[in-house]
Amino acid sequence: MKRILLGNEAIARGLLENGCSFAASYPGTPASEILSTFLQMAKAENSPALGEWSINEKVAFETALAVSYAGGRSAVSMKQVGLNVACDPLMSSAYTGVKGGFLVISADDPGPHSSQTEQDSRMMAMMAKIPALDPSTPQEAKEMIGAAYQISEEFEIPVMVRPTTRVCHSRQGILLGEIPSPVLPSGFPKDPQRWAATPRYRFTLHLKLNQKIEAITEKYGKGSFLKVLGNKSARQCIISSGVALAHTYDLIKELNLENQIALYQVRMPYPLRAKAILDEISPFQDILIIEETYPVIEMQLAMRNRIKGRMDGSIPPQGELVPDVLLESISTFAQIPGEKKPLPSGKPRRPTLCPGCPHRAAFYALRQALPDGIYPSDIGCYTLGLNLGAVDTVLCMGAAISQAAGLYHAFRIKGEIPPIAATIGDSTFYHAGVPALINAVHNGARFVLLILDNSTTAMTGDQPTPALERLADGRQGKAVAIEDLVHASGVQNVKVIDPYELEEMTKAIKEAHKATRSENGEVSVIIARHPCLMSPGASKKQKVYCMEVTEDCVACEICFRDFECPAIGPDPQSGMAKIDQNICSGCGVCAQVCPQEAIKTKGSEGTRIQGAL
Amino acid sequence: MKMQIAITGRGGQGVLFLTRILTECALDLEQEVIASETHGMAMRGGSVISTLKVGPFRGPLIGSGQADLMLVLDEGSMETFFHLLSKDGTLFLNSPSSGSHPFIDATGLAAGIGSPLMANLVLLGFTLQHNKLFCDYPLTESVTGRISPERFREANLKGLKLGYSFPSSQRPG
Repeated sequence: MKRILLGNEAIARGLLENGCSFAASYPGTPASEILSTFLQMAKAENSPALGEWSINEKVAFETALAVSYAGGRSAVSMKQVGLNVACDPLMSSAYTGVKGGFLVISADDPGPHSSQTEQDSRMMAMMAKIPALDPSTPQEAKEMIGAAYQISEEFEIPVMVRPTTRVCHSRQGILLGEIPSPVLPSGFPKDPQRWAATPRYRFTLHLKLNQKIEAITEKYGKGSFLKVLGNKSARQCIISSGVALAHTYDLIKELNLENQIALYQVRMPYPLRAKAILDEISPFQDILIIEETYPVIEMQLAMRNRIKGRMDGSIPPQGELVPDVLLESISTFAQIPGEKKPLPSGKPRRPTLCPGCPHRAAFYALRQALPDGIYPSDIGCYTLGLNLGAVDTVLCMGAAISQAAGLYHAFRIKGEIPPIAATIGDSTFYHAGVPALINAVHNGARFVLLILDNSTTAMTGDQPTPALERLADGRQGKAVAIEDLVHASGVQNVKVIDPYELEEMTKAIKEAHKATRSENGEVSVIIARHPCLMSPGASKKQKVYCMEVTEDCVACEICFRDFECPAIGPDPQSGMAKIDQNICSGCGVCAQVCPQEAIKTKGSEGTRIQGAL
Repeated sequence: MKMQIAITGRGGQGVLFLTRILTECALDLEQEVIASETHGMAMRGGSVISTLKVGPFRGPLIGSGQADLMLVLDEGSMETFFHLLSKDGTLFLNSPSSGSHPFIDATGLAAGIGSPLMANLVLLGFTLQHNKLFCDYPLTESVTGRISPERFREANLKGLKLGYSFPSSQRPG
């Protein structure tokens, strides 16, 4: 039976069909749907498989790895920059190896579309010395889960499956298999020389790891190199992997190049059985390697004078390999005239915080309170505070707090310290903000920290945070409150405010800043708490106003330029503010923003507009 | 059978739901199908695009000038993706007016039946009346009914029908 599934759903299904008993993850585009689907499908099939949203990727990795140490099949999934956070256990677990099959699913984002970098997880696999499988379609991703578990258990090694955005977020008819009982933990085999190896034994583990990789290359290297297109007459060849292979396949067909070009797929880019591949491709005159995003296959095939790819610029060394890019590269390679293709014109609409988003109110208050401030920020929906001019830095998860501290110390040396106000989301605070806050307090940094608490992981699709008792698998967990963590980090000055109360919020930020500069000043924390309106049920719990713009509007544009509400725009004729009732959430904050008091609520409380956000 | 379709709009307009309906229709017709969707930050009101390829394709993306059909829910995002449309392709636009493409004021019509968010289905229904899609109205209607969440089912089907039965005389010549 076939069912239409998203790539991430196909991966989740693959995990269940191959007996995964435990999966852990931290949400991040493009990997977020894997864990939630895994748990939904497990529940629907009455499978005893478990899983969790962990606090961050390192914790997710270590938790799932321990299940494997105890003999159960397990998996950890994350986006590629999440693997950076989990890099420490990744490197070490390659040495210790595993017992039950253990998969690291790291989803890359060539482009990048929703990430800080377009780094290649396969290179991380290479550095860790673990095999990496590279699916080109959702169907293949599901199939590779089985192959990956087989290798993992046979050689007691973690195995990476590396989908990219266009696999994760593609939809395809997927052949479904049976869901067996999961491979449950059998017991923890005590073996301190392995699981608790000291450096002396680590050398031995490294030796064993090298032997494993050699044996995997020998056994699986050849079978993972497949000819997928090309006639006997072909004199050129393209080697490809991942979704780039799928696009190359379509282009060779479209251009009728099968008599000229043979296409090979590498299903396991690391370890590569280079000798066998070089023997196979040596009859070809020219060889082009097409892969995303870094030259992982290319680097392993040492035949520099004949191989073209990302390293000699035959393929652009950065960016997603979309059909238009590949068409140009393949046309040049095949020496056929490239057709002039129409190019995109017009800029895409930029994303914005939703109408009624509590972050917008918090950012607006921040700009009002500390207009000359420096605003380090972080990763999440609230990165879109950029549109309000309230975000100055975005580095990586948790960096807002460490960078605010660093900026304070930088200016302390200089002697003049501008206002510094960091913003971080609630989920990001749990993920990597807590150690940064302890460090800032301990080392005497002074700045305002706004924790934008919308009680969810909003950007990635409403995953629960540790502040909630709702767990990923439906069980009830224990809530861990943000304010308790803030207090325990040594912060004395903590306030919780609803950012919809704009005046109070602005005043509190001013006072918090003043406190940081008082004689015994330190970090001041404001928890700006208001639920995300996208969370189910949240918008029904708040007052909804029907807003109108009166004749007092002087077209100052503050409500849609500075406050940047997407539900307000200029009337084409008069230039006065006009509210789009189809998308207005009725939050009423704009009425507090308007200096002319020209935005008013119609009656005391309007009726909710059906279908509005 | 080979058909490449692009669906564009702003995040939140229901591009993903239309993509789901059409992939399910393809499966019902026992056609191979692969579609690419926009998730992540762009979904917060930014321009989004789904590409859908029916037939023996392997990759989910569409090259410039390759789309046989294009459904545009947000006129402001049209220029960004217009280059995908084949010179023989047809574009269906959600707009109160247009010079060169079949158009329908899907947002206005949907708001008129009390659900502005059903504009996506109005546009899909309108597209279906032109007989250019690989699937027909009865199949699309049954798939829409099947995959709609209970609380939106009635409104979704109403929207689809509204677009499908929209007077054809209001199309540009």
